[in-house]
Amino acid sequence: MTAAAVAATVTDPELPMLTLADLGVLRSVSESGGRVVVAITPTYTGCPAMDTMRDDLEHALVSAGYPDVEIRTQLSPAWTSDWISASGRRKLAAAGIAPPGAAPRRSGPIPLTLSAPVSRVLCPHCGSADTEEQSRFGATACKALRRCRACLEPFEHVKEI
Amino acid sequence: MSFDNVYEAITEENDARWAFGTGFEDPLSGMDTSVPSGVDGARLAAYCLMLGDDALIFSHRLQEWCTNAPELEDEVAIANIALDLLGQARLLLARAGKADGSSRTEDSFAFLRAENEFRNVRLAELGGGHFGHLIARLFVFSTWRLALFQQLESSVDPVLAAIADKGVKELTYHRDYAAQWLVRLGDGTPLSHSRMQEGLDELWPYVGELFRTHPTEFVDAALPRPEFDAVLDQALAAATLVRPSSGELAGVSGRTGRDGVHTESFGYLLAELQSVARAMPDAKW
Repeated sequence: MTAAAVAATVTDPELPMLTLADLGVLRSVSESGGRVVVAITPTYTGCPAMDTMRDDLEHALVSAGYPDVEIRTQLSPAWTSDWISASGRRKLAAAGIAPPGAAPRRSGPIPLTLSAPVSRVLCPHCGSADTEEQSRFGATACKALRRCRACLEPFEHVKEI
Repeated sequence: MSFDNVYEAITEENDARWAFGTGFEDPLSGMDTSVPSGVDGARLAAYCLMLGDDALIFSHRLQEWCTNAPELEDEVAIANIALDLLGQARLLLARAGKADGSSRTEDSFAFLRAENEFRNVRLAELGGGHFGHLIARLFVFSTWRLALFQQLESSVDPVLAAIADKGVKELTYHRDYAAQWLVRLGDGTPLSHSRMQEGLDELWPYVGELFRTHPTEFVDAALPRPEFDAVLDQALAAATLVRPSSGELAGVSGRTGRDGVHTESFGYLLAELQSVARAMPDAKW
């Protein structure tokens, strides 16, 4: 397997159904003269899973026969939920987590949002569009808590950033 | 790497995967951290320290709300905001250690400096009070920081610009969370209204400091003021609250948080923040 193929198999520690490539956290893998350089970007700056991701990538590459591995942090351009791949979105929905919509495009000062935005989030359990936000902050930095008004089930939603 | 069960994962030897304690990997690892030509590294470091300390100390105050917030959802929200700010602090303190050539780590900045070496604004260290105080602080802090970080996205230092670019997305959520509570409490019952106004009134003397440029500062601290005022007015109007008119709290001979002059409660905060690291300075856990 190429180094890029090995790196692409490594999964996210918090969302193990997704690979780091699905999440858009894995930015690049380059290989030259036996040395592999992997660039990853944090979803949120405080993400406590970054160290684990680094370890997991290094272990996977070393055990696949690439002993010389360097994992680089890349902060810019900042991660956006738009980088979650189509297969990543399917896997999220299959795991009961609503995938993000399109991230907001920004020009000029950021407007203040005083009421919860109108929902376009579909319930991953029953498919209803009648869902409401309960909290913008969930079990991990990248997810919000929502509830479906149709089937009454709570679910998580990956925030658009 | 994956494990068949969680117990296997936690018994692995020499495991650096736990997100607490010392022994973190450098959060800027692998990034080009050279100081751009024409930029004074010591000055850049001093500025990153100011912004990093703001985030570190305010994050600590937010963490004190764990188990004390009115609802579980707010516990989670406040803890998430604290975590984002801690992430910003890690990057900024690490940047400071690279820019001044001292190679000091984020841990040595956070755990091994004395009170008068911290450069955070005094507003970041205010603790105690009720939920109205917390929301007032969080709204003012995140509105100010978001306006400032939008300026920093075009910083001459690419590392600082990248940190700001990421921070802007997080701070947008923080500001919205605080503003929505500000409106709910301000435009709520007579009691919640008076508590919210009280929170703003007591915090107001610390606001002027946010916009006064310190000599070592890297950008003009007054630049974010117009956006800050516009957002504040919008939120206050929706919340039926009034902008406090009290004056600015004086420093000591003009010296304030950016000069290492802090309020009385700051020493207690640092004692808690640093006690374990100071008791066991070489510990890794």
